[in-house]
Amino acid sequence: MSFLLTCPNCGPREVTDFAFGGEVTARPAGRPDRRELNAYVYFRDNVAGVQREWWLHRSGCRQWFLAERDTRTNAVAWTARPEEAPAAGGDRAA
Amino acid sequence: MRDLLRRRRMWRRRPELKPRYDVVILGGGSHGLATAYYLRRLGITDVAVLEKSYIGSGAAGRNTTILRSNYKTPEGARFYDASVKLYEGLGAELGYNLLFSQCGHLTLAHSDRAMFVMANRAEVNRLQGIDSRLIGPDEIRELVPTMYVGPDTTYPIHGALYHPPGGIIRHDAVVWAFARGADEGGAEIHPYTEVTGMEREGDRIVAVQTNRGRVAAGVVVNCTAGWSTLLCDMAGVRLPITTHVLQACVTEPVKPFLDVVIVSSQMHVYLSQSDRGEFVMGSEIEPWTTYRTRNTLNFLQDLARHALELFPQLEHARLLRAWAGLCDLTPDYSPILGRTELENFHVSAGWGTYGFKAAPIVGRTMAELVATGCTPDLIAPFSLERFYEDRLVSELAAAAVSH
Ligand SMILES: Cc1cc2nc3c(=O)[nH]c(=O)nc-3n(C[C@H](O)[C@H](O)[C@H](O)COP(=O)(O)OP(=O)(O)OC[C@H]3O[C@@H](n4cnc5c(N)ncnc54)[C@H](O)[C@@H]3O)c2cc1C
Ligand SMILES: [Zn+2]
Repeated sequence: MSFLLTCPNCGPREVTDFAFGGEVTARPAGRPDRRELNAYVYFRDNVAGVQREWWLHRSGCRQWFLAERDTRTNAVAWTARPEEAPAAGGDRAA
Repeated sequence: MRDLLRRRRMWRRRPELKPRYDVVILGGGSHGLATAYYLRRLGITDVAVLEKSYIGSGAAGRNTTILRSNYKTPEGARFYDASVKLYEGLGAELGYNLLFSQCGHLTLAHSDRAMFVMANRAEVNRLQGIDSRLIGPDEIRELVPTMYVGPDTTYPIHGALYHPPGGIIRHDAVVWAFARGADEGGAEIHPYTEVTGMEREGDRIVAVQTNRGRVAAGVVVNCTAGWSTLLCDMAGVRLPITTHVLQACVTEPVKPFLDVVIVSSQMHVYLSQSDRGEFVMGSEIEPWTTYRTRNTLNFLQDLARHALELFPQLEHARLLRAWAGLCDLTPDYSPILGRTELENFHVSAGWGTYGFKAAPIVGRTMAELVATGCTPDLIAPFSLERFYEDRLVSELAAAAVSH
């Protein structure tokens, strides 16, 4: 088994139901120069630990939602609609 | 004969870490050990390879050993071809039987579009002097009479990209031979030595911290593949990499009936038969990022289904084992090699699912960079800087399932 994710709209499903959208990144403020923009587009924290990330329920409601998952264990702490997600506390994205 | 019974160590046990080395290599996989070996050939022997577990415990000991050079970009094809050429002479050079078998490599095309893309790839390859061509179903049947090439399947085979010098090798032997070669020259190999931090002064790394104490370093080379981001993070260097898991499995040994490597991107499957008779099979990476190396049932089910479409003879073969390893993926499916923004901290990373074939050329070029301070031409296109400048070297079409 891989792991389960709980879609905030549909409930728990196997991870193969979903498309992974990557770690949450912070958009550069204002007008980024080329270098800042490329850093935003390409570079990632890729943490071994708890990560806030995007998922799309591709084979279900087709809605995007957020999750917090430990990339060392794949344990999912929570999933939530973007507007209902807990405030980003220890988020490293800068 | 008596030699067979004698217990000999492949490399010396080193009870103590010295307080300083000219070169500290992070990661005892194929790249780290190859770098240590080629440094020796350039006369640099005050070298330590620090490995958090046993030698070859990472992707070096988990890969499916496909070597090939039929990449999509001229930069990539040239680079990987130099590596395959080094592999051809490596067994003799290191005095070790690496069981390198250049049995040929077939990438199947299941659509007109795929045929077009592969024709393009064959042209790029031939311009680099690489043996690579498009073949039709008849020639495929001749090469692989045991594979099902009929029209009544989910993915009928229209043709294939045929790459005769491609093949398979014994991965553990490569690791051990590089380790022995480096050790003979004086490099120290330190297993169970985990790097936990780095001391940075300005744009230099002056020392690394490990679970066995502090080690000062003249130059640090990060060869930690799936873990690259974590070690670069300790140095304050960012990478455009995400870490994913790739799975593989083998069947019990069966009679030899396949002597070519078969890859199908559309069917998400690749297979080869090892010298022992096991079918070695794999698929694509899992799309989510993770540092957990576990297999999934989905993988085995999908893989078995597709493998049986090509080789119905395997119906009764039992799986012997399955495993998984970490892969460090870049946005363009090409590696990151050479300098970082720090003066003495170099990196070999972004190897995704295709880095084992590159071990010798990585070792040679990284050693040259350390020895001369100049970036060899062969790896210049793969600088970390290219992502800041948006000069990607896209191998997407040639590297997603074909490792
Ligand atoms: C299932 C699978 C199949 C593959 N198939 C192919 C293939 O057919 N052909 C091909 O060319 N490539 C293939 N690859 C990719 C290839 O194996 C890798 O790209 C390549 O091995 C990476 O280089 P390496 O051998 O140096 O890495 P690794 O062997 O992963 O070495 C990195 C080392 O760094 C160590 N390390 C990590 N963190 C620390 C730390 N903090 N301190 C000290 N040491 C640390 C790790 O323990 C590890 O031993 C495959 C990979 C997998 C997982
Ligand atoms: Zn849903």
